Amino acid sequence: MLNDNQTVPLLETVELRKLFKLKGGSNLHAVDGINMKIYAGKTLGVVGESGCGKSTLGRTILKLLEPTSGQILFEGNDITKYSVSKMRPVRKDMQIIFQDPYSCIDPRKSVIEIISEYMFIHKLYKSRVETFNKAAGLMDMVGLARRYANSYPHELDGGRRQRIGIARALSLNPKFIVCDEPVSALDVSVQAQNLNLLMDIQDELGLAYMFVTHDLSVVKHISDDIMVMYLGKCVERATSDELFANPQHPYTKALLAAIPKPDIRMRNKEFQLIKGEVSSPVNVKPGCRFASRCDYAVPECSQRDPDFVETSPEHFVACYIVNGR
Amino acid sequence: MAHTEIQNILEIRDLKVIYKTDLEVVEAVNGLDLTIGKGKTLGLVGETGAGKTTTALSILKLLPSITGRILQGEIYFDGEDILKKSEHDMQSVRGNRISMVFQDPMTSLNPVLTVGDQIAEAVQLHNPDMSKEQINERVAATLNMVGIMPSRSGDYPHQFSGGMKQRVVIAMALSCEPELLIADEPTTALDVTIQAQVLTMIRELRDRLGTSMLMITHDLGIVAQTCDDVAVMYSGIIIEAGTAEDIFLGDKHHPYTVGLFNSIPNLDIKSDRLNPITGLMPDPTNLPKGCVFAPRCNHQMEICLEARPGVFEEGTHKIRCYLFSEAAGNSKAGVDLNAE
Ligand SMILES: Nc1ncnc2c1ncn2[C@@H]1O[C@H](COP(=O)(O)OP(=O)(O)OP(=O)(O)O)[C@@H](O)[C@H]1O
Ligand SMILES: Nc1ncnc2c1ncn2[C@@H]1O[C@H](COP(=O)(O)OP(=O)(O)OP(=O)(O)O)[C@@H](O)[C@H]1O
Ligand code: SF4
Ligand SMILES: [Mg+2]
Ligand SMILES: [Mg+2]
Repeated sequence: MLNDNQTVPLLETVELRKLFKLKGGSNLHAVDGINMKIYAGKTLGVVGESGCGKSTLGRTILKLLEPTSGQILFEGNDITKYSVSKMRPVRKDMQIIFQDPYSCIDPRKSVIEIISEYMFIHKLYKSRVETFNKAAGLMDMVGLARRYANSYPHELDGGRRQRIGIARALSLNPKFIVCDEPVSALDVSVQAQNLNLLMDIQDELGLAYMFVTHDLSVVKHISDDIMVMYLGKCVERATSDELFANPQHPYTKALLAAIPKPDIRMRNKEFQLIKGEVSSPVNVKPGCRFASRCDYAVPECSQRDPDFVETSPEHFVACYIVNGR
Repeated sequence: MAHTEIQNILEIRDLKVIYKTDLEVVEAVNGLDLTIGKGKTLGLVGETGAGKTTTALSILKLLPSITGRILQGEIYFDGEDILKKSEHDMQSVRGNRISMVFQDPMTSLNPVLTVGDQIAEAVQLHNPDMSKEQINERVAATLNMVGIMPSRSGDYPHQFSGGMKQRVVIAMALSCEPELLIADEPTTALDVTIQAQVLTMIRELRDRLGTSMLMITHDLGIVAQTCDDVAVMYSGIIIEAGTAEDIFLGDKHHPYTVGLFNSIPNLDIKSDRLNPITGLMPDPTNLPKGCVFAPRCNHQMEICLEARPGVFEEGTHKIRCYLFSEAAGNSKAGVDLNAE
């Protein structure tokens, strides 16, 4: 259940859309009408097929990409149309930890410089010394030994490199962090360490996370609620336990069925594949985006977008069959 | 036997690799032995920073030229020592007989060429006689196979999501039809349904051409489902190796392997905290004298701190740990992987 006593979500989107213009003028519907709410101190897990718009959603919410239409509300304020200067204080409250720690880190900067970067930009502290002290404190917080302060990121292994990103994201004392596959490059043990770290920080600071990952055991573990996306749309949303116990949407079911288990009796068994042609996010046709690959599809599925219906308390599904048309 | 058949596509012996920077020397690979049988898939697992990518780059002789250095060892590919080959010879090996899927897809993608053009280039290289139409068809089929609409072949890499770029790179590597495919975390950026699709493609290639594979991954589920053999790497050495059965079903294990299995978040049990192995991997610029895992091991004995443990062998199963070596006179039968 969502928190009853917190009526205003920390973050809310209303029919949020992000289209990309392609050569020749057609539109690619990367994010296609997403409604979501995240409450302070909670984690919303976002899963879905590669290319379904998870990273675009994260970046649009933070206004790193300009939304095409819809609204983004942060602490109840509509920030969709905020100017750059009006966005500035809000920016501090919303951070992102990227999928790929290589691409967002300047390789010529040392660890301590990277962690201090945002604090300098936002002129958070008066002196360099104070800023570096704060950065050293963040290194302690994320478990990076201080002797790495003057190392360069490529000299560090993936787990430690990822912690640089976490420390930098925390440096502005944000209220909300988009974690875009923050642990996917890590082995299970280091992954577990970094997940524990993220959860401890959440408990301590009351942060909210939007947590994007392909690892379903991770998302189950870390999320309060989970949203399943398919080609720009949210097809199912429920609490973490409910979604795994009682998946409804045919895509969610296929997704959960495909999790590889560390069990060698499965060796060389055929993988469960979703058959059928993938629908295009370009010039989308009406109807359920999954219809061309769905085993249960009926003609209605390709005629009109299915509604997003609450099938049981706090469990929403967009599917004609599940919702009894 | 009239002539000795080469049974192993890859054999690495006592490999040592360092990175030398102005400030320090990183001992990335420290006496590594690894064998891949022809037609077999070896899963290489291990902690981040263990030296997996470094090992892969050594096989292709693609270590960063300024800092990376192979200090000792031999790498036999199909019976020939790669380390003795000239750069010119290596160029005909790379992407041809051995192809690699890099951890970071942008290593192999050119940001200013369209995705379609890049696949076409790879296809053409291996099928010089194909007509333009045939190549275009092949490009479309390749994209389809990895679940990308062929109509997007005119897009540039930056217009693709992380996982889509990864899929393009895999498709390109497979279209080379190599004898040895090295895949460095090929599916971490993919969801499980696309992952299943990609792994199926890789299997088809193996079944059709008998391709051997080095599969670097931290997903023990993928290892279980695709690998014949498994090697567990820690701090630049293989601390446990064997058949998939040895690793998943055997009753003796290196304590690190046990920790690795215990770290997997369990889908069936609700727990608040995960169970990582405590501590971090030793600093590769300052490795411990004894067992590299000793500082984190809760079975640590005195001898563990003194000298590197030798290899304990039982059939195909090899473990580098004093718990099992005769010398320690310890027959505790190790640690039970399945213990909760
Ligand atoms: N700059 C861009 N120009 C055009 N199309 C883009 C751009 N960025 C993303 N897209 C497209 O938008 C869609 C969604 O991409 P996005 O990166 O959000 O997916 P994702 O869900 O994060 O996928 P992954 O799991 O592979 O990271 C994809 O079809 C992608 O090709
Ligand atoms: N160019 C480099 N210069 C200096 N040190 C390096 C360089 N590349 C890697 N290293 C170091 O060498 C060690 C082995 O790194 P490697 O990338 O091979 O590990 P890995 O097992 O592939 O890890 P991951 O799972 O994170 O990919 C690490 O300590 C790493 O920090
Ligand atoms: S709406 Fe139709 S096509 Fe879409 S998932 Fe449900 S049954 Fe399948
Ligand atoms: Mg993404
Ligand atoms: Mg690596």
